[in-house]
Amino acid sequence: MAGAKEVKGKIKSVQNTQKITKAMEMVAASKMRRAQERVDAARPYAQKIRRTIGHLANANLSYGHPFLEEREVKRVGLIVVSSDRGLCGGLNINLFRRVLTEMRAWKDKGVEVEITVVGRKGLSFFRRLIEIRAETVDLGDKPRLADLIGAAKVMMDDYRNGDIDRLFLMSNEFVNTMTQKPEMQQLLPVEQGPAEELPDYWDYIYEPEPEGLLDDILVRYVESQVYQGVVENVACEMAARMVAMKSASDNAGDIIDDLQLEYNKQRQAAITQELSEIVAGAAAVS
Amino acid sequence: MKIHVDVVSAEGQIWTGSAATVYAPAQMGEIGILPRHAPLLTRLKPGNLRIETENGDQENVFVSGGLLEVQPHLVTIMADIAERADELDESEAQKAKERAEEAVSAAEDQIDLARAQAELAEAAARLDMLQKIRSRH
Repeated sequence: MAGAKEVKGKIKSVQNTQKITKAMEMVAASKMRRAQERVDAARPYAQKIRRTIGHLANANLSYGHPFLEEREVKRVGLIVVSSDRGLCGGLNINLFRRVLTEMRAWKDKGVEVEITVVGRKGLSFFRRLIEIRAETVDLGDKPRLADLIGAAKVMMDDYRNGDIDRLFLMSNEFVNTMTQKPEMQQLLPVEQGPAEELPDYWDYIYEPEPEGLLDDILVRYVESQVYQGVVENVACEMAARMVAMKSASDNAGDIIDDLQLEYNKQRQAAITQELSEIVAGAAAVS
Repeated sequence: MKIHVDVVSAEGQIWTGSAATVYAPAQMGEIGILPRHAPLLTRLKPGNLRIETENGDQENVFVSGGLLEVQPHLVTIMADIAERADELDESEAQKAKERAEEAVSAAEDQIDLARAQAELAEAAARLDMLQKIRSRH
């Protein structure tokens, strides 16, 4: 029965693995729902800020702001959002591949690229390829805006100093539970939507001075976009993990079935052999 | 006459609805906004945002800074952090204030000092607001 015992041990170990993947699947499912709620919760702020920027653009804007001006592109900045943990299928690698494609495209045009990374996976991937300008890791399942401000500020300062001429956010878009799509979104210069039709010439009363206020609004807008990208990426991570763990559990089930069949065969072979030995022994005696 | 009010922070929507009057802690001093106010854009400092609804109810929201945009029938508060006043924990505020005060006395360089002063202002505003709410009940 030596073979059968070995197989039994294997079955046990696969069953243990299956228990873990099943638990991870369920945890990811519940975390995904909460992450989606956070994505929805973050939406109004971005909308309201966008509306205010629209109003501002409509008002008599006699002063410009670097965040609103297109300039010639010599160097671009990327903020790449990744997850802290693995076991979430091809989520991170799909995004990284998209980032590399974009980077190559920029390089072909003679444009330099600098990169800021959110999340541990992105850090370990890009560390080998390119110098990383700034990083923020260990955000957990509930990212806080406060943790992102630093990384976003580094890139915004670079933009202000003219070190980069464009800033993009690369993160996963949550299409549905089965599908997450790598997305590239332009953060700077801020793309303005179609202007609302407002009848008369008007301007805000600014308290205190308009320049600082406009700056505040634009900085907050960029931060909120980064925050939204990160929160959405968490939802993607959970969805991808749920799907990955579900297929892992299914595969474990298949392996257990095969092993069980193997175990039955071995057991039957052992019984048959024992029987034939007994019969042969009895025949020899009589 | 009423104004539509949206109070949002980056991490979620705090309050939305129509109001008769809004009192906000603007940078240059507290302001009251009635319907048909001229367009205004201002920064907020830490303090209590008071919203009076049409039937006389009051909503209190603590804001620790942010931006206020006024259009004739629309008030948008983009708060840096906003919490419902009822949820504010007085002892937490007290603790934060003590921590900030300690930090002021121990602060060495300019950055720490500036941060500590900002924290102190915020903690003081929180306490002030809670005491006001308490005395009203």
